[in-house]
Amino acid sequence: MEHPIQTDYLRWIVLLPLLGAGWNGLLGAQLQKRVGKWLVSLFACAPVVFSFLLSLAAFFGLLALKPEERFLTDRVYAWLSLGSLHVDVAFWVDPLSAVMILVVTGIGGLIHIYSIGYMHEDRSYWRYFAFLNLFTFAMLLLVTADNLLLMFIGWEGVGLCSYALIGFWYQDHVNTRAGNKAFIVNRVGDFGFILGIFLIFWSLDQQGHGTVAFREIATFASLLQGQEIWGIGVVTLATLFLFLGATGKSAQIPLYVWLPDAMQGPTPVSALIHAATMVTAGVYMIARLNFLFSMAPVTLEVVASVGVATALLAATIALTQTDIKRVLAYSTISQLGYMFLAAGVAAYGAAIFHLMTHAFFKACLFLGSGSVIHAMGGEQDMRKMGGLSRSLPWTFWTFTIAVLAIAGTPLTAGFFSKDEILWQAFSSPHGSSWLWLLGVAGAGMTAFYMFRQLFLVFFGECRADHHVQEHLHESPKVMTLPLVVLAVGSIAAGWIGLPGIFGPNLFAQWLEPVLGAAHEAHGSGAAEGTLMVFSVGVAAFGFYLAYLIYYRRALAPEHFSSLAGGLLYRLSYNKYYIDEIYQFVFIRGTLLLARIGVWIDQYIIDFIVDGSARTTALVSWVNGLFDNYVIDGIVNQLADSTFAAGDKFRKVQTGNINSYLYVILGAVIVAIIVKLRYWS
Amino acid sequence: METNLAPLLPSAEVVLTALSVLLLDLFIRKDEKGLLVWISLIGLALAGGMALFLWGSHEGAFQDSILLDDFALFFTELFLGAAAITILSSVHYVRETNIHEGEFYALVLLSTFGMILMAAANDLILFFLGLETMSIGVYILTGMWRERSQASEAAMKYFLIGAFATGFLLYGIALIYGAAGSTHLGRIASALGQTKSHGSIILSAGVFLLFVGLAFKVAAVPFHFWVPDVYDGAPTPVSAFMAVAVKAAAFAGWARIFLYQLSPLQSEWTLPLKALAILTMTVGNLLAISQSSVKRMLAYSSIAHAGYLLIALVAGGESGGQALLFYLLSYAAMTFGAFGVLIALKEGENDHEAYSDFAGLGFKRPFLGMAMSLFMLSLAGFPPLAGFTGKFYLFRSAVVAGHIDLAIIGALNSLLSVVYYLRVIVMMYMEEGGAEGKPFARAPYLYLAIAIAVLGTVYLGVLPAPALDLSRISFISLH
Amino acid sequence: MAIGLTHYLVLGAILFSLGLYTVLTRRNAISVLMGVELILNSANINYVAFSHFSSGNVDGQIYAIFVIMLAAAEAAVGLAIVLAIFQLFHTIDVGAVETLKE
Repeated sequence: MEHPIQTDYLRWIVLLPLLGAGWNGLLGAQLQKRVGKWLVSLFACAPVVFSFLLSLAAFFGLLALKPEERFLTDRVYAWLSLGSLHVDVAFWVDPLSAVMILVVTGIGGLIHIYSIGYMHEDRSYWRYFAFLNLFTFAMLLLVTADNLLLMFIGWEGVGLCSYALIGFWYQDHVNTRAGNKAFIVNRVGDFGFILGIFLIFWSLDQQGHGTVAFREIATFASLLQGQEIWGIGVVTLATLFLFLGATGKSAQIPLYVWLPDAMQGPTPVSALIHAATMVTAGVYMIARLNFLFSMAPVTLEVVASVGVATALLAATIALTQTDIKRVLAYSTISQLGYMFLAAGVAAYGAAIFHLMTHAFFKACLFLGSGSVIHAMGGEQDMRKMGGLSRSLPWTFWTFTIAVLAIAGTPLTAGFFSKDEILWQAFSSPHGSSWLWLLGVAGAGMTAFYMFRQLFLVFFGECRADHHVQEHLHESPKVMTLPLVVLAVGSIAAGWIGLPGIFGPNLFAQWLEPVLGAAHEAHGSGAAEGTLMVFSVGVAAFGFYLAYLIYYRRALAPEHFSSLAGGLLYRLSYNKYYIDEIYQFVFIRGTLLLARIGVWIDQYIIDFIVDGSARTTALVSWVNGLFDNYVIDGIVNQLADSTFAAGDKFRKVQTGNINSYLYVILGAVIVAIIVKLRYWS
Repeated sequence: METNLAPLLPSAEVVLTALSVLLLDLFIRKDEKGLLVWISLIGLALAGGMALFLWGSHEGAFQDSILLDDFALFFTELFLGAAAITILSSVHYVRETNIHEGEFYALVLLSTFGMILMAAANDLILFFLGLETMSIGVYILTGMWRERSQASEAAMKYFLIGAFATGFLLYGIALIYGAAGSTHLGRIASALGQTKSHGSIILSAGVFLLFVGLAFKVAAVPFHFWVPDVYDGAPTPVSAFMAVAVKAAAFAGWARIFLYQLSPLQSEWTLPLKALAILTMTVGNLLAISQSSVKRMLAYSSIAHAGYLLIALVAGGESGGQALLFYLLSYAAMTFGAFGVLIALKEGENDHEAYSDFAGLGFKRPFLGMAMSLFMLSLAGFPPLAGFTGKFYLFRSAVVAGHIDLAIIGALNSLLSVVYYLRVIVMMYMEEGGAEGKPFARAPYLYLAIAIAVLGTVYLGVLPAPALDLSRISFISLH
Repeated sequence: MAIGLTHYLVLGAILFSLGLYTVLTRRNAISVLMGVELILNSANINYVAFSHFSSGNVDGQIYAIFVIMLAAAEAAVGLAIVLAIFQLFHTIDVGAVETLKE
């Protein structure tokens, strides 16, 4: 292993936003009151901008190195050290994390700036920015951590900030409930993640190399080949656990349910956390540990299937949603599904490529929808919008570009990255034509629902009431400027990863030292071209359908919604009732379990007390037969008092000392019996 | 026969302080009682200094029935710290409730003395004496708020059930004495080595009864019934003292007796102990969910944490012992903090212990709210706080010892615990109304205690290495 | 028949069981306390018996004295608590004092 280059500025990329968060968290309220919001904005935005500049420095630093030596590290101190386990607080930047820090600080910076305008009216302005900075810190920690445990801190940290920001407007209980849901669902995923970490550490420890640092895991991973636990390959099990963590954070089946609700947060938060960065953490994690996942074909198969299933499921739900942000939320879930599809066919580079382009156009879409909501005075129902292109020209044009990108229009960023994924799904050794076909179907639906949204919101007659119409206005420059930058990115970001038939894929080359060379496809350039034309055709069909229904109004939507007796429509509109099912099974289940616990606590005591009272009475009754005349009085006395006590106990539950004592005695007796019977 | 009294220095200093406080209490006016706080704290600090001075020594006294090694000193420092924090956080509490100040501090100090004996005892009888010294002190502390009927009720419950468990413990020690011919740990161990035939039934009965007594003191399910009632009824600083110090003392004794010299005796019982750990974690967490009082929730949470600690005892060995010691430190910081915030909410006669009393605290008292969030997150095992690193070591020790199932159940349990810890944070930041709590100026001691707890919680999470080394050195000094 | 160790142990066990029985069935706090005393004394019998018959030293007899002393301290505290209970609840029935519960 070559020695990485030590630097001492990487830590500042991560820590600057933390400083901003600390500053605003502790002093923000006072600053806002005494000096003004501009100072809060300054202390919130400046650290992220500086982080971005440092990230650029790191990027160019890497660029100056030979491809196989592109690796910077910054070791701060030894965090945990125990036996064979040594965990450092150390940051590293290699080509993969360089992409991530640029996305996080770059798009994050834009969203910070946008927020200045969007959150201007809010009285908890400082609190918002404190959390936003804290989130940026945690996310940067996640992507620059040099080991799994440090990554886990970031992993939990982003969840916590996401929770706080979803419930930001806590006055409305819907929001806090959404926050709680996100948090608890994420914890389920985190449980998998930490188990995965433990499993990796433990199995490496068995081989004498207990470690959680990525580079060392990569070095020793081959030792795990063939090791088994409970009859399953250790690597398979560990990666499956890690993938469970990814499904929580990145909103995949079965843990995707929190993301649509997370839209209750302020819109820039949806853009930053629930579209561009945090939800992609799972994809990043898989790419980071690609060497492990590549060793576990079973896991890859699961990842690809879950990915494509999520992509399709979410796309079908998005077809019928009417809330402008919910459509985007399901679209995010669907696009994340594509990323996992790519990861599942071991095309990690394609996954990261789509992650990056998606960050641009999805952030642009969310911020654009925020601009719309802002103009509409908080209205989110698309049925009450329409014809907004005239009053919101900047928003309209940027939104359109982003829609073109996500729909996969040729020459936009989304086209290149999605095509790359579909091609890999088809041609990779892990891929199949089924995965490709399902992916294409999803792409068609994506085009449909995105253009549906575009037409509903920006075209036709305005369906809002007069009061709202009078107040329609374009957002301030501080909000439109980030939109323009993101729109440019939505097109240009794709050109660095051109498909093989157009030219060199710079992006894949850049990531090659980390992710390995892309699989040499078993198809030719001609095959790739054919498939590409086909998928573009499907997307065009989706566009045309949306055009007919929502622009030309040549087809009535009811025409489709009444298919199969309206059942399909109802299923999609009600999100397949998954929320209700989960509510029933898990929430009720846990509460039931807790209630059973309480019940046992209350009644087991009763039961034992009852039982022991009867037994004692029985014994004394037998005694009584023998010594009826000799110690009659004593025995009667015993039996009576026992009965009396038992009688009373039946009425009491807890709070009673005797009943506690009975339980203790009962436990002792049970333990003795068990001990005598089974061990001795 | 020459007696080496040096090992007794810290504990003697604590007793001396207690007696001075009691004596001085008679002569000073009511408005001068603040002096007693300072005397107690200075006494504790002196004892702490002595313990620090003795660090690294390995001396016995009274025919080796007391052994002053790093293990004992580690716990001595822990108990002294716990006593100091308890005193700091009770200053305002006792004044508001008319608890007799001098006696209160003296009793805290005397129970601390008992705890130190428990950690240093190399002889079962001495361990028992320490345990009783501690327990009697805590029985009285529990009931010291005489006007409050719940406090007396709690004291009675604690006392009767405690005395009952003491009986088991004593009987168990008697049986071990009979089987091994001695109560000295080293001699028991060598007797075990010589012959296995000598009354093995008596021996295992004795060990079993000893386990029962210890399980009662650490509040393992199903010996936990007293905990919620007693913690609920006792004055809050005393609840914190019990949750941290009393539990730590019992674990210290358990570790000294069963993790080293008599470890062959424990290995017979691995499976029941494992069941005990699982039951304790799970029941504690499940019952904590359905509480409406934060104080009661913390009581159940302390039961759940005893379950996590039992994992370390089951795992045993160097990694288990180290994890146990480290987790006790982390647990002490976050538990004292959580109870401290609870005390800060008290206004006169009103305890403000319900969840609803925490509503809006995050905005009304931002620092208090932030501190409480920190403690809750740490208790729930969030990185990078003390609770996370502590749990990490615990589960790791289970994995290393081959109990992967215990680690998984532990992780599942900590997942479950999020539900009720989070509720406090939700209340503080997402609801309005609720209690105000006493203003900062009126409770400087309490806020100092909370600040120390915050520092500890963050420090042990972010920079755990020194404390971890300390735990390891202390534990291996048993060998 | 010579009285041996076993006899003492059986006596101790009987006393222990009686103490247990008292603690479990009595609702009068003082009686419960007496039950606890019985348990402690059963342990004392064991100490003395073991000391005399099997260990070959007098340690056990000294321990018995320790325990008696401790039992006295415990009884003092216990009675004080019971007194406080009586003042507050006007009863020493342990079943009646149960304001603290789920």
